[in-house]
Amino acid sequence: MSKRTVEVELSTSGLDAQGRPQRIPLVTNDGGAAVALQPPPGLEPDLEGEHMLINIGPQHPATHGVLRLVLELDGETVVRCIPHIGYLHCGFEKIGEYRQYNQIICWTDREDYLNSIGNNVAFALGAERLFGIEITERCKVLRVIASELSRIMSHLVWLGTFCIDIGAFTPFLWAFQRREEIYRLIEKWVGARLTTSATRVGGMAADIPSGWMDGLRQFIRTFPHTLDEIDRVLTRNAIWVGRTVGLGVMTPEEAINWGLSGPLLRASGVDYDVRKDFPYLDYETYDFEVPVGTNGDVYDRYLVRFEELRQSLRILQQAADRLPDGPVNIDDPRVILPPKSKATSEMESMIHHFKVVMEGPRPPIGESYVAVESPKGEKGYYMVSDGTAKPVRWRIRPPSFVNLAAIPKMVEGHLLSDVIAINASIDIVMGEIDR
Amino acid sequence: MTRFEVVRTGASATGAQPATQRNVSHRSAEANPSAKALQDKFSAAIKRVEVIWAETIVYVDPAAAHEIIRWLHDDQSQQYDFLIDVTAVEYRDAEVPIEVVWHLRSLPYRRFLRIKAQLPKGAPLEIDSLWDIYKSADWLERECYDMFGIRFRGHPDLRRILMWESYKEGYPLRKDFPLRGRFSRSEQLRQALAQNPEARYSMEELTIADAFAELPQDMRERLSKGERTGE
Repeated sequence: MSKRTVEVELSTSGLDAQGRPQRIPLVTNDGGAAVALQPPPGLEPDLEGEHMLINIGPQHPATHGVLRLVLELDGETVVRCIPHIGYLHCGFEKIGEYRQYNQIICWTDREDYLNSIGNNVAFALGAERLFGIEITERCKVLRVIASELSRIMSHLVWLGTFCIDIGAFTPFLWAFQRREEIYRLIEKWVGARLTTSATRVGGMAADIPSGWMDGLRQFIRTFPHTLDEIDRVLTRNAIWVGRTVGLGVMTPEEAINWGLSGPLLRASGVDYDVRKDFPYLDYETYDFEVPVGTNGDVYDRYLVRFEELRQSLRILQQAADRLPDGPVNIDDPRVILPPKSKATSEMESMIHHFKVVMEGPRPPIGESYVAVESPKGEKGYYMVSDGTAKPVRWRIRPPSFVNLAAIPKMVEGHLLSDVIAINASIDIVMGEIDR
Repeated sequence: MTRFEVVRTGASATGAQPATQRNVSHRSAEANPSAKALQDKFSAAIKRVEVIWAETIVYVDPAAAHEIIRWLHDDQSQQYDFLIDVTAVEYRDAEVPIEVVWHLRSLPYRRFLRIKAQLPKGAPLEIDSLWDIYKSADWLERECYDMFGIRFRGHPDLRRILMWESYKEGYPLRKDFPLRGRFSRSEQLRQALAQNPEARYSMEELTIADAFAELPQDMRERLSKGERTGE
């Protein structure tokens, strides 16, 4: 629109002689004089049955990363959806074949980066099964605390960005404020916020510092208040309900057949939670419940994740109460590094230190698949060892990847604006999908 | 919130509450009962059964893998309704065949089973797709094809998923693929800059898009025969 056209538009009063509102004429700048554009009658293009191709992403805030969706639209209704992924592919699995087990832990931070400490725990559990290691009681409880804290962090990011996608801004700030507190706790514990690398095969990188549990208890005490606030703003909000109910429905049979896991599967009414059905880290001894939805739509996924936040708090409370004293790492110098003071003063410890760092711990020949309930779903690490210090194959079973594969099925027949809500309800992390 | 309830899981499963595995033995744990059932039912097609770290591995004949997994999915006493993962393993020893690995889970019986099929090197790497049994096999098999070059017969839309369609360096997770890629850094950069990402929108578009000529030969043939894609 040229400067002249704008001037013409602004100069029209907007009312005709009778005082009725007037349409601003379509004008063009033709040699200085404004000329109204009148389409000839009967030449309006017939768009019936015409499909439009629209591209969302890969650079789009509502695609939560570098996801690209090509949508075929009939009017505003999605006829077909074709996802394109791979923009963030880094070859983690290939690199893992050239790294020792403890070195791979640093890569697990970067794949599902909202749940990095949970990934560390999952990988360490897989490697420990491969090594045949039974970890200490204190380590188990610390890992439960780490997993549940990272579940809360991940769900808070999901909650905040989901609100933004749908148009609610305030809960985003509340969620990120509380998430920051968890990050401070994690930082006090392992020294890093995002790329934690908190576990080692056979233990943890560090025990919690003194006074850390007070911070955790403080968080457990105050967090329900935030949850209640968000609950009050969203759960019965007419706009929120109207934007989420009945979208992206998956029936239980479909959800299982498409391999969905985590909150998506449970929102569809399938009571499957790895923590309950294939327990690890003594999860069977914690008293918590698993929320299961009925309709399998976006609203149920929201409810399920929201309830999971409360259940995670329950687990955290129990873990904080039962945390036993004792060593964090197992007592096996072939796997665990000796304390630094000993490594610099005792010959034997120095040799162990050298061998663990330079050669790396070596598992027996075999393979293991260990799955954990990550915030996104069933996350598994499959490792194959040929007896050397580096795995033959390191495979991540990415829950987001399998969940996202069902998006063409979920968005079909919905409106373009609902695609954003459905995509947000899957809770994808592209770092994990592309690896 | 009347339409939403909190329930305990595992209510549908029979038997006791599962517990965290402790002191798992390396080779001498008990096998999954499904392995015995498979040996009774498909004696010839079951190569061997191994138990490592209490996980049962059933090696099957590649030609019969689809039929066996179909039975595991459909049979009322097995009900392996959840396909967790499809992947492959190539060993560092060049003589050892490539293995296709399926991780199956039976939600009603709370069982976990690993099925493996060995594809000898030298012959074309082909195996039947499980897409007609599990829809989750769609992207998992595409990834396996992308990374290992294993062709899944009967997959409706077998094309690369993480790498781009015209990626020329081969299959990244194969052991003969160097860590830094086959091409030099300058060649990789040259190829990346020569890409025209706007040229491709969808499979149907590809037949008319500028990038059609850059596609692999077999894919051009499949498209020119009018093959529909899976979406």
